[in-house]
Amino acid sequence: MAESKKHTAGALDIRNVIGALLLVYGVILLVTRFVAGDEGGANSEGVNANLWAGIALLVVGGAFVLWSRLRPVVVPENVASPEDLPPPSER
Amino acid sequence: MSVLAPLASDTIIDAAFVDYLIVAIYFGFVLGIGLLARRQVSDSVDFFLSGRSLPAWVTGLAFVSANLGAVEIMGMSANGAEFGLPAVHYFWIGAIPAMLFLGVVMMPFYYGSKVRSVPEFMLRRFGPPAHLVNAVSFAVAQLLIAGINLYLLASIIEALLGWELWVSLVVAAIVVLAYITLGGLSAAIYNEVLQFFVIVAALLPLTLIGLHQVGGWGGLKEKITAAAPDATAADQQLNSWPGSNLTGFDSDLLSVIGIVFGLGFVLSFGYWTTNFVEVQRAMASESISAARKTPIIGAFPKIFVPFITILPGMIAAVAVLEIQKVKGGGSVNDPTGAPVEFNDSLLYLMRDVLPNGLLGIAIAGLMAAFMAGMAANISAFNTVFSYDLWQSYAVKDREDGYYLKIGRLATVGATVIAIFTAGLASNFSNIMDYLQTLFGFFNAPLFATFILGMFWKRMTPTAGWVGLVSGTLSAILVAFLSEDAFGSASLGVIPLEGQGASFVAAGAAFVVDIVLSVVISLGGTPKPASELRGLVWSETPKEDLVDADEAGYPWYRRTLPLAGIALAAVIVLNIVF
Repeated sequence: MAESKKHTAGALDIRNVIGALLLVYGVILLVTRFVAGDEGGANSEGVNANLWAGIALLVVGGAFVLWSRLRPVVVPENVASPEDLPPPSER
Repeated sequence: MSVLAPLASDTIIDAAFVDYLIVAIYFGFVLGIGLLARRQVSDSVDFFLSGRSLPAWVTGLAFVSANLGAVEIMGMSANGAEFGLPAVHYFWIGAIPAMLFLGVVMMPFYYGSKVRSVPEFMLRRFGPPAHLVNAVSFAVAQLLIAGINLYLLASIIEALLGWELWVSLVVAAIVVLAYITLGGLSAAIYNEVLQFFVIVAALLPLTLIGLHQVGGWGGLKEKITAAAPDATAADQQLNSWPGSNLTGFDSDLLSVIGIVFGLGFVLSFGYWTTNFVEVQRAMASESISAARKTPIIGAFPKIFVPFITILPGMIAAVAVLEIQKVKGGGSVNDPTGAPVEFNDSLLYLMRDVLPNGLLGIAIAGLMAAFMAGMAANISAFNTVFSYDLWQSYAVKDREDGYYLKIGRLATVGATVIAIFTAGLASNFSNIMDYLQTLFGFFNAPLFATFILGMFWKRMTPTAGWVGLVSGTLSAILVAFLSEDAFGSASLGVIPLEGQGASFVAAGAAFVVDIVLSVVISLGGTPKPASELRGLVWSETPKEDLVDADEAGYPWYRRTLPLAGIALAAVIVLNIVF
């Protein structure tokens, strides 16, 4: 199988899907934190929960995206259905 | 922040626009993945490939995530709130050893015998009667458990929007039907892994902030001690052993026996080793070694699940006013007028400690878990109903399209029935009681029949089905005679209540099954040895049961060392807590 006959899973790579969702959530939390001010919730007792959770989500989400960039999943072109795939151990 | 909350007046949770947005984004992701996966073949290959090329630790997460539904999250936080630390037995005595046993001992049989499902193993070992009993009881159990998931999903909708329970039930059922139809099973791996991360993103901050609010672990212990009626009660909640508040047994020794034998051995082994959905996940892997390692790798994340389920429940019991009152024996009504229950612990803690934003993630995570759980129950029911029951016993030899149509009808029928079983589940203040009772009925005798059938070649087909039926009936009898295993329908002849009654019911089912099976087998004719290869230990060549390649792997990729580490970790945790 020549190298040109392969492509990467790209947007369908599950690590990108997880990463994207976590990044979006992280951004939403940070925006909420800065729009709503310091406390966030009435009972969070100054923990600044949205800020820290938002940062953590960005870091984890970013790590997933980075991981899939550094070691992309390569899809062979001559495979027609999932049954034809070699087992994971051989890849 | 609550300026954005539109429906705040009579609901438990004040959700804001940002929370709805986060929930909507989650559903957008799930449905988008489903639609994308269907578009073209090449995409679907990418899809499966990237799903399957995940490292083992991620598939382990998916294995755990498939089970991280209503039971774990709401049931375990309710247990944590009601009983405190003894609830960890469900993990460290229950699930983990059973998962290790599944990987080390049972999986070679499942994998080696080339069966596709657990009922099929029954069919080959014991013939049609046992298969029929197993398929029927499994189908019934799935409907009842689907009801729990639906009930919990509806209770979140109720908490959010303030609708009446039955309206929420119907709406939630329609949403799940749409989810099954649109999302499709092709997206299952994605959803499970995705769901795991959203749930952790929801429960981890909830636990940490909650813990911060009560003053850390030390503060939590002080508050639990202060809230308990006396020193003994506080002690029971802060030490996992002997757990007599969990079992309801007066004697410490009996309590330990009840937990180890009833919960640990019979209930958990029964659940994990015979559960169609979980076992099948591992059976699909590429080698016997991978199949054995799936539940063992899953055991590692599973060890830590109690810290984000039971712990928040314990925190809610001291930090949330309503749950404090319920625990003190009082009764409070929520804003919709329904009484507050331990099952609501997590919802109230979310209300109290999570700011809008994080609240949305928590709601998305919980809804995802319950929907995926119910969808899994319904599809499992669908498979067993159309193929193991309808095709095998009702209408044989029709074209594939006919059975597909039956399957679709079964899906709709099951959803409608689940609305009614959800009503049944709502009668129990602690979901775990309901569930343990069910598992006792169905899984305990199943496990007894399996384990005897796998290791004793003399066991006859008649013993197979008689054991199952009598075991199930004796569990039902014990539940009926106990104080409250059936809610108000129980007679109270035997002085057992709560989860102790379930443990005894399960134990009774196990013992009755084994005894009757042995007696009947000794009087009957066993199957010829030639039909038992791959199904019974002594009739199966040892090389069928192990992976020849495995000896060449480094230690961290071999089954037994991994299982040993998990076991050691669990023993250490049992000593520490």
